[in-house]
Amino acid sequence: MPELPAKLEETLELLDLVPDRAERIQLLIDIADRFEEVPPRLARRPFSPDHQVPACESEAYVWGEQRPDGTLDFHFAVENPQGISAKSLAVILDEGLSGAPLDQVAAVPQDLVYRVFGRELSMGKSMGLMGMVSMVASMARSRLPTGNPPLAGPR
Amino acid sequence: MSEIESRGYVNPSVLVSTEWVSQHLQDPKIRIVESNEDPLLYGTGHIPGAVEIDWTRDLNDQVRRDYLDHQGFSALMRRLGIDKDTTIVFYGDRNNWWATYAYWVFQLFGHDRAKIMDGGRIKWAQENRPLSREVPQYPPSEYQAPARDDKKIRAYRQQVLDHLQAKGRLIDVRSPAEYTGERLHMPEYPNEGALRGGHIPGAANVPWARAVNPDDGTFKPAADLKAIYEGEAHLSHDDDVVVYCRIGERSSHTWFVLTHLLGYPRVRNYDGSWTEWGNLVGVPIER
Repeated sequence: MPELPAKLEETLELLDLVPDRAERIQLLIDIADRFEEVPPRLARRPFSPDHQVPACESEAYVWGEQRPDGTLDFHFAVENPQGISAKSLAVILDEGLSGAPLDQVAAVPQDLVYRVFGRELSMGKSMGLMGMVSMVASMARSRLPTGNPPLAGPR
Repeated sequence: MSEIESRGYVNPSVLVSTEWVSQHLQDPKIRIVESNEDPLLYGTGHIPGAVEIDWTRDLNDQVRRDYLDHQGFSALMRRLGIDKDTTIVFYGDRNNWWATYAYWVFQLFGHDRAKIMDGGRIKWAQENRPLSREVPQYPPSEYQAPARDDKKIRAYRQQVLDHLQAKGRLIDVRSPAEYTGERLHMPEYPNEGALRGGHIPGAANVPWARAVNPDDGTFKPAADLKAIYEGEAHLSHDDDVVVYCRIGERSSHTWFVLTHLLGYPRVRNYDGSWTEWGNLVGVPIER
């Protein structure tokens, strides 16, 4: 199993240092404040359902833009104006996974969301957020050159 | 007659407007409670003086799948400074989805001094009403909750099986793709928490959010609700109705609509819902 991309690991280690729930929430809100929507050169409303995250109640969308080296830049849109968790996770995924080796991105586990948000997520919320992770990993997996690519999943 | 009263609900007093709430922010007999699907939202700003109830953390038993017991509920009420005669006004994100869930759980303990703020968080924000990041502290109360009473408004799986035998009415409030079972089988889809897809035989599919106006999250007038639940789903006022979704949260919204806005006397929420039914061995499933 490939390691987590280094930038993502850095963010997770930062979050690990903040076990207090209120402080963690504030940190995640601050991260969400950095959210930037997918640029119009890549997508305009109405966004294609091909890019919509399954199961995400906040109507999140994901795009992967190829870099010259073959890795991907990830872009997001979150249509629910109150979807703060989805925006926060989008920033974490963009900053942590854009430009990372595709095999590492393809293997990012869905239960990353528990490490970010804690275990106290409702089932629907965790499924929507896991859907974002799964979609990003799936985009990377589809561009891997050969063989049996690693599957994203709990580990 | 207020605008809410003009909508023809059987029990309009369970709803209050954003304006009403804005006039009661300092009322010591009112406690405003925000309950959201998104765990970060309260921290970004809330109605001044509002406390938060986080459904997974505050209303659930942390070990087994069940709600908190009367001791846990009493402790929660004491922490939030709520007395028996405190009127609680719930509001939240996503068309008051989680607000009605919290409301429903409170009814298991008989706290009927409870209301929903019509339109919820989105309407308050749309009207540019004030939001605060200050987390209020209230003096602890001495709340003594009675034992939880699940009989009237909560259904367990055996009761749902009995209900099926008796040809009782069922409303599945999930999305059409969940109702048909199609969603469970889509590749790259997060597991729905159930091994089988479909719905309980005979259940009508009325997605929960049809009861609200999508623009501002307010509840639709009674005539529109009747057109949906009676005209399309063929419910009648005196039907014995069980509502369900995936874990009972969305269906609490429909329970609220049928019970309070349309005044149905016999509506129960099956909180085991599809995550239980879709995993049970041998129960009937329809696709």
